[in-house]
Amino acid sequence: MNNRLDATTAVKDTLPTVFGYIGIGLAFGIVARASGINPLLVLLMSAITYGGSAQFVAVSMLATHSPILSIVFSIFLVNSRMILMSTTVARYFNNESLFKNIVIGTLLTDESFALGMNKRNYTGDTLSFTWFNTANFIAYLTWNVASLVGALLGNFIQNPEKIGLDFALVAMFIGLLYLQVISDRSLNRLLQVMVITLTLILIYVGLIFVPSNLLILLVTLIGCGCGVVLKHAFF
Amino acid sequence: MPSSSFILLTIVGCGLATWLSRVAPFIILKKYQLSPAIIEFLSFVPIVIMAALWFENLFHQNLGHLPSINYENFFASIPTVIGAVITKSLLVIVVIGIISLAVVRWLM
Repeated sequence: MNNRLDATTAVKDTLPTVFGYIGIGLAFGIVARASGINPLLVLLMSAITYGGSAQFVAVSMLATHSPILSIVFSIFLVNSRMILMSTTVARYFNNESLFKNIVIGTLLTDESFALGMNKRNYTGDTLSFTWFNTANFIAYLTWNVASLVGALLGNFIQNPEKIGLDFALVAMFIGLLYLQVISDRSLNRLLQVMVITLTLILIYVGLIFVPSNLLILLVTLIGCGCGVVLKHAFF
Repeated sequence: MPSSSFILLTIVGCGLATWLSRVAPFIILKKYQLSPAIIEFLSFVPIVIMAALWFENLFHQNLGHLPSINYENFFASIPTVIGAVITKSLLVIVVIGIISLAVVRWLM
């Protein structure tokens, strides 16, 4: 990485993350197709919802026939970390027009965020619209193509139950949870383990009383609240 | 799976939700700041929701009674977690998970 902020440099800087988008995009396409969503809708979900892990959550909630408002609100919660990332990136584009700010925000991803935060270390703490927009656009294009290819490949995978494909979604959550725990330096590791253990208890107890399609939302709200309380009590 | 029109409506609704969370701060932050309490609350969302989605799949619900353990998913989770710790690669983790459940079903 160097101090140049033009489009060509952005392409070079973004290339390493492309493989990540291809892998997860393919996995998403295959999982969504296996859950019964047709390839066109898979592509539309990637193009319109554009939420990475949020899309996996949406597919799993659609499969259990959750009410639409419950899905939308859960997706908002899963994706709410983007509020923090947007908040952090916004100050670098304070002098740009509102339109350019909206364009950057529209295609912002975890990876382009991480890339941008890395890049500013080489540029004297500045970012350019051209650089960030190019990085975002490559991500968007790769994600959509990979999801569609995954969905089309999924057509050829018959009877996904038999080959364990229905576990792909659960495995993804396990992976995302683990990667989140090891990469999030803002929360104490022990605190994270405590909150995850508490979530297990809340799910177990909640399953007795609460229908499963509302349970995730309820447990998330209570779990996050307890997390805040634990943080202030012990950390 | 629900009808295509329901799925499309969900996609658009979710799209609006994700778009707002990405774009709103750019617009709002020209004027206001997010309260620290809200930022703190939101910082727990990723781990809690991912954990909740995983743990929910480890049980079968019997409303009004204690949940029973979903042994297939429970046993398939073990090599998946080990794979996550060793590889730290989402794609590899998913492949290990798929193979694990297939093997568990073949054995049980």
